[in-house]
Amino acid sequence: MTLNKINKGQEFKIESIMEKSIREQAIRLGIFEGIIVKCSHKLPCGPIILKTGLQEIAIGRKLAKKIIVSI
Amino acid sequence: MHKHQGMHHQERCRTQKSKTKLVLAGNPNVGKSVFFNSLTGIYVDVSNFPGTTVDISTGTYDKYMVIDTPGVYGVSSFNDEENVAKDSILNADVILNVVDAVHLERDLFLTQQIIDMGKPMVIALNMMDEVERMGMYIDIEKLSGLLGVPVIAASAVKGIGIEEIKKKLLSGGSVGKRIPEIQSLISEVLSFVNSDGEALMLLEEDESIQNQYHLRKKYNYRENLYNIRRKHVNTVANQVVSRSETKGSALDTLGNMLLKPITGIPLLITLLFILYKLIGEVIAQHIVDITEGIIMGTYYYNFVIQLSSRIFDLNTFFGALLFGEFGIFTMVPIYILGLLLPLVIGFYLFMSILEDSGILPRIAVLVDRLLNFIGLNGRAVIPIILGFGCVTMAIMTTRILGSRRERIIATMLLSVAVPCSAQLGVIIGIAATLSPQLTLIYVFTIFIVFVILGTLLNILLPGQSSELMIDIPPVRIPQARNILKKTAAKSKMFLYEAGPLFLLGGILITIMQYTNMLVVISNWFSPITVNFLQLPLETTNTFIMGIIRRDFGAAGLNTMVAQGLLSTSQVVVALVVITLFVPCIASIMVIFKERRISDALLIWINSFIIAFGIGGLVSHILI
Repeated sequence: MTLNKINKGQEFKIESIMEKSIREQAIRLGIFEGIIVKCSHKLPCGPIILKTGLQEIAIGRKLAKKIIVSI
Repeated sequence: MHKHQGMHHQERCRTQKSKTKLVLAGNPNVGKSVFFNSLTGIYVDVSNFPGTTVDISTGTYDKYMVIDTPGVYGVSSFNDEENVAKDSILNADVILNVVDAVHLERDLFLTQQIIDMGKPMVIALNMMDEVERMGMYIDIEKLSGLLGVPVIAASAVKGIGIEEIKKKLLSGGSVGKRIPEIQSLISEVLSFVNSDGEALMLLEEDESIQNQYHLRKKYNYRENLYNIRRKHVNTVANQVVSRSETKGSALDTLGNMLLKPITGIPLLITLLFILYKLIGEVIAQHIVDITEGIIMGTYYYNFVIQLSSRIFDLNTFFGALLFGEFGIFTMVPIYILGLLLPLVIGFYLFMSILEDSGILPRIAVLVDRLLNFIGLNGRAVIPIILGFGCVTMAIMTTRILGSRRERIIATMLLSVAVPCSAQLGVIIGIAATLSPQLTLIYVFTIFIVFVILGTLLNILLPGQSSELMIDIPPVRIPQARNILKKTAAKSKMFLYEAGPLFLLGGILITIMQYTNMLVVISNWFSPITVNFLQLPLETTNTFIMGIIRRDFGAAGLNTMVAQGLLSTSQVVVALVVITLFVPCIASIMVIFKERRISDALLIWINSFIIAFGIGGLVSHILI
């Protein structure tokens, strides 16, 4: 499934990120294929916030549809 | 593109060539500047990096020339800031890497990348006080052992660790442990380039290094090396950090509240209200009254006129050019220093506080979805908010947006539907004379234009807008010194960039006035004004004045309203036109400077059509 289907509080694994440039920038922020993260906030129709350790990253909803995850 | 080296920069490089270069590097908002300040003291030189608007501070510490760089998540060239940081890091002799201990995993990517470049380094592990408060423990000795460089625990704001870092820097730092796979790749390409750092950049597909050595598209290891490095540093971080769950502080609660619409939106409205009070009332009215009305408008103006009238005949063309109504020594400095500078400082001060406290990224998240409808993402709140201060300043800030498409949309919206503070003050004054219903019609019209224009552009413009992916830093109390430094640097940038354009604008207008072109244009427009908009002929002058300075137009209208020349419905029509009408001449010039000529023309011509089209529509409904 894709990241936009994840609910607040769920922990899941990032399986793949579809765009190369997004993948590269995400790695630098600490998000990469294979990492287990938690969804700490989900704005109605808006961005999804991922948490790894104490680090939080906001991902736009449309971008979230291009990220494949598994619970 | 960046061929023109600034004189200032060249000179500095020449005089300081003998010094060893110490470069401060780190992720955004990790407290680099505080270290920079305690190393260099107060004698700091802030200048634009050649070819960019990125500020770079330099100073000296002992044998070192100390260079501060913009905060980046890695060494590469995704944007201007990264280019500047990359160039500085490539040329560094020693690196002081400032790491946010709370976000060790994220920060170590940059650390390891610089280690892979083979640069000697000292690490300042900052925010250690927060680490304790959050119930974390970091094994510093182990971290230092794994990375192969000295690591010093610090809390820059409390002055902890600074002395030890200084001592370690004097002994020169150490070259850390490189990732073996990366090191062997580097040795393969080392013969093509000048340094290990350049070799790594070549492997990581850095465009400028590829071009410099004519090795385009020969190596494509970026993603691969990023993955290897990310996994390596996460292993390092896991070995040295241990956590126990703790309750968040009051600041964390505030941070979480901002991310929930139900609490976030009221907080956002409160913030905007404070901004309006601060800028719209305190600065735009009281402070500008003093700076523009008294200091510049009276004392400075009288001084200049008295001085010049002894030497020049002020009625000649040159007299007008230098000291006339739109003169180089009269209108230009009075407008820039008296009116705009206080507003720009106020806005940048507010934005710097929001940025450094971690509130701004949360606002970006909160409004991201709404901005998606008009083809922008959350980051665009920055230029839009700044636009209410000065549209010229805001258009310069559209550089931070991710794609050309977004920059066009934002520039168009700013130049059409966002009134700047200079204009807003006068508009609010005029609106006060109208009935609440008519005021509402005016506000609603502008808002609808903003939304429809953004939506249409989003549909019509080809391509895709970039999407939001930002780091959300914890909410922190900002450092006063940092805020002031940022505000000063940005305000200075505004003066440097916009100053010459205002100057050129003043010259153009004087020429137009002197050659009677203003009258010709005015007559040319009158059929539109009288027949289509159903307004008195004199209103044309206020439109023309609006090109010179947006608030001139509004002020001219104010006079006409005071004289009772317009019916209340006509006032609404005129207000709509003057708000939507072309931005001031300095903004037009910034648009032509920042955008491609074809894009700029499109924006400019459309702003005319929209202003008169919508004005005519409102006129035919109301009158």
